Amino acid sequence: MAMLEIDNLHAKIDGEHGKEILKGLSLKVNPGEVHAIMGPNGSGKSTLSYILAGKEDYEVTDGSVTLDGEDLLEMEIDERAAKGVFLAFQYPVEVPGVATMTFLRSALNAQRKKRGEEEISTPDFLRLVKDKAGHLGISQDMLKRGVNVGFSGGEKKRAEILQMAILEPKLCILDETDSGLDIDALKIVSEGVNALRSPDRAMIVITHYQRLLNHIVPDFVHVMHKGRIVRSGGKELALELEANGYAEYQQDAA
Amino acid sequence: MNAEIRPIRTPAEQALIAELGGLPAGTDRLADLRRAAARSFEENGLPHRRVEEWKYTDLRTLMREATPVAGTAAVAEADARARLLREVEARRIVVANGAVVPELSDLAGLEEGLTVTTLAAAIASGDEVLSRVGGILPGRYDAALALNTALARDGVVLTVAPGVTIERPIHVAHVFAGDAAAASYARSLVVVGAGAKLTYVESFEGPEAVAYQANAATEFVVGDEAHLDVVRLQEDGASAFHLATLLFDVGREAQVHAFTFGLGAGVARTSLYATLSGESSQVGFNGASLLKGRQHADSTLFVDHQVPGCESRELFKTVLDDSARGVFQGKIVVRQAAQKTDGRMMSRALVLGEDAEMDNKPELEIFADDVQCGHGATCGDIDEELLFYLRARGIPLKEAQSLLVQAFVGEAVETVEHEGLREALVERAEAWLKARG
Ligand SMILES: Nc1ncnc2c1ncn2[C@@H]1O[C@H](COP(=O)(O)OP(=O)(O)OP(=O)(O)O)[C@@H](O)[C@H]1O
Ligand SMILES: [Mg+2]
Repeated sequence: MAMLEIDNLHAKIDGEHGKEILKGLSLKVNPGEVHAIMGPNGSGKSTLSYILAGKEDYEVTDGSVTLDGEDLLEMEIDERAAKGVFLAFQYPVEVPGVATMTFLRSALNAQRKKRGEEEISTPDFLRLVKDKAGHLGISQDMLKRGVNVGFSGGEKKRAEILQMAILEPKLCILDETDSGLDIDALKIVSEGVNALRSPDRAMIVITHYQRLLNHIVPDFVHVMHKGRIVRSGGKELALELEANGYAEYQQDAA
Repeated sequence: MNAEIRPIRTPAEQALIAELGGLPAGTDRLADLRRAAARSFEENGLPHRRVEEWKYTDLRTLMREATPVAGTAAVAEADARARLLREVEARRIVVANGAVVPELSDLAGLEEGLTVTTLAAAIASGDEVLSRVGGILPGRYDAALALNTALARDGVVLTVAPGVTIERPIHVAHVFAGDAAAASYARSLVVVGAGAKLTYVESFEGPEAVAYQANAATEFVVGDEAHLDVVRLQEDGASAFHLATLLFDVGREAQVHAFTFGLGAGVARTSLYATLSGESSQVGFNGASLLKGRQHADSTLFVDHQVPGCESRELFKTVLDDSARGVFQGKIVVRQAAQKTDGRMMSRALVLGEDAEMDNKPELEIFADDVQCGHGATCGDIDEELLFYLRARGIPLKEAQSLLVQAFVGEAVETVEHEGLREALVERAEAWLKARG
């Protein structure tokens, strides 16, 4: 059994006349694998990631999603996180007034509690954050602010990876984590992500650029178009897309 | 005109007028003030919704009964009930059922330049400080204040001599003790001399199930270049009726900051009147209310810029759960002489409960031409995007809501300068959120 099994997933925007975005998407992800998803703007990549994370703006009309055999779609948002689903947002929000450290600690402890583990001690927590933040070039000053408040676009992406490193999820979904990063930051973030690669952790990396995949080398590349995966291949598929674009798929669909 | 016909007096009005008939005779200034207040109450009665300042808090309807004036509280019960802010290092004075309780008050070893007495003692001895009581007028009929002026027998009278800094905050802990519905009236006066500094704290609490009424008024006379911080924590019992009046007269280049935190009482009305009578003062009147069940809380502010160059800031936050009702009315008046006034007023409400309701009415009345003034009001639900973000990191719904509510209220609470008090208020907010479950 795969870790994540998405089978014939159909989803629409919630509401009476909500448009259908995912139109029969299937994907299997095994532990240890890195899957890249590429595809034109508006093809439904972020929608897929939101549905996996549990965002309530969508309605699943058909198909199923299981995580380690359990029905993911039935779970509460925070329950999914505790089970190891982590979405690094394409556009992380700012949460003024909620201190970054309070947030990280609340998240970590809530997940631990739900899994029946003990809360982390203050010194252990501080050490953990300091260590991970250091590797990602996140300053103490940033940690003192409200969650993402006043962070540049690139800093927000780095902060997402910091959260991921601290929470140690089982399934990492990275939605365009490379966008907004300068060349050095891309390297730092990729190293951070690679450090988390492990035989029992899986990753779904959504990106528009082959460049990221030079750093985070995927096992599989999928092309998403109009709410479906229309082609899958190895890492060389990304190179092909880089050279030819999506023209071929646009025609197919027409 | 119909409007001129006095409506029939309600049972509450009748009872109050009867109470006012029993005022002690006297020829001193205070006795005159009391009689004048009693007369104005007899004329105007309890305000109803057609009286602009009471539009959303129809006192005539809400105050069905006037309870008799409370008797003396048992000292042990008052002591047991006065729990709030005990952890804050302060000079503590307990006022139970409207009267200072000497046994529970720390009135010894006063700092040089600080005088603390009680209104009752000042009246008994004919203290000259009495000439200042009732010195700040709201400029309009205010029923709660009129009742307070007429019926209050005691309260705290405190003066800080010019140039003196009082480091230790003064905490006046108001408490209601007893198990029968009754009304307490407390009148206090705080005079901060020129260049003096003071932190003054008021707290209110009482039994949950007793339908008592707490009417408290405090006047603050703030001298030139003085600094005054006021923190007010209202946690009266859920069945209580809380009527508060805060009056400020602010001198030249003085700095005044007040924070009013309202969590208690079934019905609460807090009126704040500030007269900026000396040039270039800086004032901040901030507050927060956390309401649940069927609570009704009204904060009404009136800031009167009479002279040039003053700055006023108001930030009020209201959190409404269940079917609570919040009211914010704020008015900044800028008189013709008050050029270069800088006044900003903001009210923000966060609605958690499906049946909760907020009425916001910020107003500006400007007669000067060279001023910078602004006001705003917002009212909204908790931000779903933020909530999703927190939950997606594993934080359960209630906890995520709590974090966001704390952040919302925090913006106002953070304006409290005194660290110990600020932390105590944050702790009260956390306790409120915890009680939500
Ligand atoms: N809440 C929403 N309400 C209305 N339309 C939506 C909503 N969410 C997504 N859509 C629409 O669904 C489609 C898919 O959007 P989605 O963000 O998933 O695309 P994407 O593949 O991530 O695109 P990009 O590469 O630009 O990030 C788009 O047409 C978008 O406008
Ligand atoms: Mg997207």
